Amino acid sequence: MEYYLQLIINGLVVGSIYSLVALGFVVIFKATKVVNFAQGELVMVGAYVCFAMTVQYQLPFLVSFLLTLAFATVLAIVVERLILRPLIGEPIISVIMVTIGLSSMLKCFVQTIWGTQIRVYPAILPQEPFMVLGLPIAPVYLAAFGLSLLLFAVFSVFFKYSSVGIAMRATAFDQQAAQSMGIGIKSIFALSWCIAAVVSSIGGIILGNINGINVQLGHLGLKVFPAVILGGLDSLLGAALGGLIIGVLENICEGAAKDLFGLGGFKEVASFIVLVIILMVKPYGLFGTKEIERV
Amino acid sequence: MSMHKCGLFYTSYRAEDGLFRSKFQKSCLAIFFAVLLACPQFLNSYVVSILNLILIAVIGAVSLNLLTGICGQMSLGHGAFVGMGAYGAAILSNLGLPFFPALLGGGFVAALVGMVFGIPSLRLKGIYLAISTLAAQLILEYVFLHASGLTGGANGLPVNAPHVLGYAFDSDARIFYLILFVTTLCVLAVSNVARTRPGRAFVAIRDYYQSAENVGVNLFAFKLQAFGLSSFLAGIAGGLWAHYTMYITPEQFSMGLSISYLAMIIIGGMGSVLGSIFGAVFITLLPELLNLIISSLGGMAPDLSAVIVPMKEGVFGLMLVLFLIFEPEGLARKWRLTKAYWKLYPFAY
Repeated sequence: MEYYLQLIINGLVVGSIYSLVALGFVVIFKATKVVNFAQGELVMVGAYVCFAMTVQYQLPFLVSFLLTLAFATVLAIVVERLILRPLIGEPIISVIMVTIGLSSMLKCFVQTIWGTQIRVYPAILPQEPFMVLGLPIAPVYLAAFGLSLLLFAVFSVFFKYSSVGIAMRATAFDQQAAQSMGIGIKSIFALSWCIAAVVSSIGGIILGNINGINVQLGHLGLKVFPAVILGGLDSLLGAALGGLIIGVLENICEGAAKDLFGLGGFKEVASFIVLVIILMVKPYGLFGTKEIERV
Repeated sequence: MSMHKCGLFYTSYRAEDGLFRSKFQKSCLAIFFAVLLACPQFLNSYVVSILNLILIAVIGAVSLNLLTGICGQMSLGHGAFVGMGAYGAAILSNLGLPFFPALLGGGFVAALVGMVFGIPSLRLKGIYLAISTLAAQLILEYVFLHASGLTGGANGLPVNAPHVLGYAFDSDARIFYLILFVTTLCVLAVSNVARTRPGRAFVAIRDYYQSAENVGVNLFAFKLQAFGLSSFLAGIAGGLWAHYTMYITPEQFSMGLSISYLAMIIIGGMGSVLGSIFGAVFITLLPELLNLIISSLGGMAPDLSAVIVPMKEGVFGLMLVLFLIFEPEGLARKWRLTKAYWKLYPFAY
């Protein structure tokens, strides 16, 4: 039992990072209808840039954290302006493929500069574990979970009350109507990419503090799909819950598969099997907008 | 002096619908095949091995183009379907089946799996379909890696060189003819399917599924046929690949393979058979070209070899992005424009 409880806690921590990355994905999808296959690479770039500032340039962690966010913002603006904007209105497959091309370029960028070996962040938080319900939990896990919750709270308030957030929701709802009300669609598109890049970078930095980083970090971007499909492609709440559920689910499946059948690495597919089932049963997820079609 | 028609004038629909519309086209093709057949006699085995890989990639790209370019159903799982065919054919051939039955068996296995994963396509469109085929890719990859009783798992699976009627195709130059034969059949098959009743139904589904259904196209049946046929040909490509490399591992059929097939049909030109051939040639030659450039620069900067792997990936991504932005219709359009230019030369109007 304790084994499974530990799995659930690990799942919640990993899940909270999935939620963050899924949040970035959903923000882009809501505003621009772009399915971003480079989300995992944004996580990776953020993690590496922060690593370079803290370890290679010896900056204090907080400074490098803020500088990383600034870098992510600039990167997102450049990417949106140069790569995504020329493809507005093109078929879905072109848009998907352009983000796949982007992910290849980002991978190349990271590998050329930092190579492929695992890099480890210096310990920022104390190492002694807390005891919660009789289980040891590392402070960094708690910090990761707390930070994710905080970010979700911030973005919920941002989308609900700030005028920019409302403009973004309006754009997501109906681009033409939003444009005729004087909302600059292009800047909204750029802003949604910035938000996505920033939250992904934060996810990357948290992951770097937990596990260390290597180029495999980009695979995280694929894990976003089960999370957002479960939650509903265009729902922020869905992204948060979907990420947590998928994180817990895949950890439990991994543990159970190892425990009962001796199968290793089941984590990698468990969430995708769930994904296929959801697509068959309830393709718009828990909170997604149903597209009603008459045939 | 004899008189020539200044253009092609058809007197029957049959003629207009033909694969080869003029004698000139036929003779060009004949010359091309003659040169291709002579290639292994003059080129070294390295160049022939690249030619073999290109031919196998052509089958993969053409089959994906049937599904994505002609029928409009995006698939991110094509690499896994190729892998399904590779493992199917390899296992059958290791059981003692002759080459061609094993190859067909691999194709049928791939078709079956492709159709199973094609079933969601009735309800799902666009991104949802893309994501469900992505799931198919990852699930099949897991099966290749973990069903080690059948597939050899991470250690891989050795395959014998193909024997047909007692003749062993055991060198690059010999197997070239076998691969060329199968590739030609596959390309002809797709070109012919595109101009039959199911082919027109595929195009109708791609262009607008609701009007297709209104004029009596059974969406589910035809989408499933497209998935089946496309995966069958992908399986053939996989079977050939397995018999050519004589050793297969799960990493060969990863997500990256699916992406490179998609890149081939985008860079070549969606929905065009000739375009898929161009795309396959382009994407297969790209890393070789980079190798060549970097090794020729090697004297100046010796540490370049360390960055060659990420460089290949980066250039691949850059090419994909540049083509999507500047030439979304791909090399096929460039080819048409070039042909039109020379047809009218020197009067370009």
